[in-house]
Amino acid sequence: MLEVRGLTKRFGGLTAVDRASLDVAEGSIVGLIGPNGAGKTTLFATIAGFHRPDEGKVAFMGRDITGARPDRICERGMVRTFQITQPFAKLSVLENIMVGAWLRTADRGEAMTRATDVARRVGLVDRLDMPAGDLTVAGRKRLELARALATAPKLLLLDEVMAGLNPTEISEIVDIIRAIRADGVTILLIEHVMQAVMRLAEQVFVLNDGRMIAEGTPAAIAADPKVVEAYLGHGAAGRMLKDPPHA
Amino acid sequence: MTLDIAFAGIVNGLMSGGIYVLVAVGLTLIYGVLHIINFAHGSMLMLAMYGVYYLFKPPLGVDPYVALPILVAGSFAFGYVLYRGLIGRFSHGKDENILLITLGLSIIADNAALFFFTGDTQTIDVAWAGRFVEVGPALIPMPKLVSFVASLALCAALGLFMAFSDTGKAIRAVAKERQGARLVGIDVENIFAISYGIGIACLGAAACLLMPFFYVSPSSGHAFVLVAFTIVVLGGMGSFAGALVGGLLIGIVESLGGLQFGEQLGQIGIPLVFILILLFRPVGLFGSR
Amino acid sequence: MRSRFGLLCAAGLVAALVYPLLFGGPVALLWRSNYAVNTGFLILFVAFIGQSWNIAGGFAGQTSFGHVVFFGTGAYVSTILHVTYGWNPWLAWPLAAAAGALVGWMIAVLSFRAGLKGSYFALITLAFAEVFRILANSVPITRGGLGMLIKADPRPENFQFRDAISFYYLALALCVLSIGIAWWLTRSRFGARLAAIRENEDAAMALGIDVFREKVRVLALSGAMCAAGGTVYAQKYLYIDPVIAFGVDKSVEMLLVSMVGGAGTIFGPLVGAGVLHIVGEVTRDLGNLVPGVKNAQPLALIVYGAILILIVRYLPDGLTSMFVRRGRAPRNG
Repeated sequence: MLEVRGLTKRFGGLTAVDRASLDVAEGSIVGLIGPNGAGKTTLFATIAGFHRPDEGKVAFMGRDITGARPDRICERGMVRTFQITQPFAKLSVLENIMVGAWLRTADRGEAMTRATDVARRVGLVDRLDMPAGDLTVAGRKRLELARALATAPKLLLLDEVMAGLNPTEISEIVDIIRAIRADGVTILLIEHVMQAVMRLAEQVFVLNDGRMIAEGTPAAIAADPKVVEAYLGHGAAGRMLKDPPHA
Repeated sequence: MTLDIAFAGIVNGLMSGGIYVLVAVGLTLIYGVLHIINFAHGSMLMLAMYGVYYLFKPPLGVDPYVALPILVAGSFAFGYVLYRGLIGRFSHGKDENILLITLGLSIIADNAALFFFTGDTQTIDVAWAGRFVEVGPALIPMPKLVSFVASLALCAALGLFMAFSDTGKAIRAVAKERQGARLVGIDVENIFAISYGIGIACLGAAACLLMPFFYVSPSSGHAFVLVAFTIVVLGGMGSFAGALVGGLLIGIVESLGGLQFGEQLGQIGIPLVFILILLFRPVGLFGSR
Repeated sequence: MRSRFGLLCAAGLVAALVYPLLFGGPVALLWRSNYAVNTGFLILFVAFIGQSWNIAGGFAGQTSFGHVVFFGTGAYVSTILHVTYGWNPWLAWPLAAAAGALVGWMIAVLSFRAGLKGSYFALITLAFAEVFRILANSVPITRGGLGMLIKADPRPENFQFRDAISFYYLALALCVLSIGIAWWLTRSRFGARLAAIRENEDAAMALGIDVFREKVRVLALSGAMCAAGGTVYAQKYLYIDPVIAFGVDKSVEMLLVSMVGGAGTIFGPLVGAGVLHIVGEVTRDLGNLVPGVKNAQPLALIVYGAILILIVRYLPDGLTSMFVRRGRAPRNG
C-alpha cells in the first residue's frame, strides 16, 4: 500500500533521512522505531508531503506521490498526526474533529454525525463541547487521532500517540488502534513506548541516524544484535524476549 | 535625466539615507533582539522631533545639535519605561498582537500630538541652515551633510558599543539565544527594555539631526514608518549592516524616483520596494534563515 | 436558549427598521432627525465594512493593515465608470465589487505564494494600500489629488437619495447581509476550514485543507464586500479623493471595530462600530466641555487607541465575549 524507496531529506549540511526505504502492506500495523534524533518524524513528514524529499520516491496505493502537497495526499487517503499535538485550540473538540470530516462531505449534518461517530470510537464523546485547548495531554493525543480518522483514511501515520501517557491510557489507546485496524485502516506508527510497538506491530522498521538498519517481526527485531547495540542498549534484548509479543 | 542631475540626485539621496539608517537601525535592533515589530516607530520619531522643536523655541532656545544628548537620554528613558510598563507584557504572544499594540500606541501618539501641538507643520530656523557645500555638480545643504556624517558616526558608535561593551555583548547574546542567556544569568527582561530604549534613543538622535532641514507635524511619523520598515526588510530583519546599506539605498531610490517620476508618483518607489522584497526575497539582502 | 437568541436578533432587526421612522414624526421637532439617521447609517456602514475585515482578519486569521485598498478600489471603479464613462452606478456597483475581489485575489496570490503570514502579511497589505493611494494621486483617470465629484442628481435610479433614510436602509441591508455571510461561515465547510487555518495551518494542511486556495478565496470575498462598501460611500458623499479612498484611517477603523467588538464573531463588527461611535461622541462632547479645548476630535482617537491596547491585552475575543461564549457549533444542528 505504501512504498518508500531511497528517501533522502537534507537540511543544509545535515542529512536527516538517508536513503530510507520501507513498505507497508494493506491491513497491517507497522512500527517505525529508532533512538531520539534518528529522523523518524522527518521521514514521516517527508512521506506525508510536509517536506520535499531530495531523493527517492514515495508511492501510495500504486501511485507516485513524491513531493505532493499534504492536503492532496490526505485527500488520497493518507493522513498523519503530529507528535507535538496541534489542536485548533479555540475550537471545540467536535469542531476539531469536524474539520477532518468536512473533507469527505459538504453537508453539515453528515460532518457532525461522522465526527460524533469518530469521537465515540476514540473515547472523546463526553468532551465534544470542550475547547480543544482545555484537553489534557491524553485527550489531545486522542483528538489528534480522531481528527485524522475523521478524514476517512486508508493509511494512518501515527507519530508517537502514546508518548507522555500513563500505562492505563496507553493500553486504552492500544485497544483503540487495534479497533481502527479492525475497521480496515492500515497503520504506520512511530513509537517510543517499546512495549506497545511490540504488542501492536506485525512488522517493525528501525531507523538510526537517518538510515534504515533493520526490519522484521518484533521478535526478530528484538533479537537482532545490530538493533540491540545501536538502539536498545545492552541487556534490553533479554528483557524483550522474556515478554514476548501477544498475537 | 542628465548625468549631473542624476549625480546630484544620488548625493542628495545618500544624505537623506544617512538619517534613514539611524531610524532603521533602531527598528532593526528592536526586531533583532525582541522579535517584535514596532509599528509605533514613526510616531515616536515624530514625538522626538516635537521635543527638538520645543527645546529650540523660546524660552529654552536650545540648538538642536546641543539638544542631541538630551534627546538621546530622554528617548532612551522613554523607551525603557514604555517597554517595562507596557510593551514587555505583550511581547511574548502572537506577533500580530504586538503589532496591534504598537498600532494602538501610534494612534495615541499621533492624536496626542494633534491635540497638544495642533496639525500645523512646524520648522525651526537655525542660523547656518542656509549654507551649502559643493560636491562636484551637487550642492548639499550644510545640515544635511552634518546629519549624514553624524548619523553614520552614531551608527558606528552603536556598533562598537554592541561589539565591545558588556551590555552590548549581553544584548547580542539575548538576540541569539534567549534561553541560554537566561541560564548564564543575564537579566533578559532588563536587556529587552534596554534594547527597546536604545532603539528609541536612535530616534531621539535622528530627530535632532533632521529638524534643521525638515519639518514636523503629527502625521510625520506616518511618512517614516513605511520607509523604516522598507529599509529593515531590504537589509534583512535584525541586520545592522543591512540597515546601513538599505538606508542609503532607499535614500537614493527615493531621490531618483522623485526626479524621474515627479513628486507624486515618485513616492511609489518605497512601498513598491517593500512589496517586491517581501515577495521575492523576504530575508532581505543580508538576512539568512 | 437558541430560540431566545433568535428572538433577540429579530427584535434588534425590528428596532433597526423602526429606528429612523421614530425621527420622522413628532420627535423630529425635538431632535435633529437627520443627525440621528446619519448616526445610524454610519454605525451600520462601518459595521458592514468592518465585517469585511472580520471575515479575513477574524474568521480566517489573516490580519490586514491595508483593507482600505479594497474600499478605495470599489469607490474608484464605480465612480470612474459612472462619471467618466456614463454608467449607471447601480450597474457599476457589481463591477466595483468584482474589482475588489480581483484585487483581493491578486494580493492573496502574491502574498501567500511568498508564504507571508502574521505581521508580514499585515505590513504588505499596508504597502499595497500605499501603492494604490500614490497611484490614485498620480494618474489622470482618477484626477489625482483633486479627487472626483459625482454630480448631485438625487434620483433612486441614480443611486442617490434625497433623504438620509434611504441610505440608512441600504446600509442596514448590507449589514444584515454581511452578518448573514458571517453566520454562514460559522456553519459551513468553508468557514470551518478558515477557522482551522486561523488556529493552525500545519494541522489544517494535514487534514486535507488546501490552505492556499482557501486563503485566496476568503480575501477575494472580503475584498468584494469591502469594495461594495466603497461604492456606497462614494454615492452617499458624492466625492472621493486618494486619501479618503486609500488613506490608512479607514483600514484602522475596520480593524478597530472588529477587534473591539470581537474578531471572528458574527456580531463583533456591529457591536464594535456601535460602541466606538458612542465612545467617540461622548469623548468629543466631554472634550468640548473643558474650557480651552478647541479641537476634541483627536481625543476620541486617543481613546480608541487605548481601547485597542486594552482589548488586545485583556479581552482578545472582544466585547461580545463578555456576554456570550464564543459561538460553538450547536449539536444536532
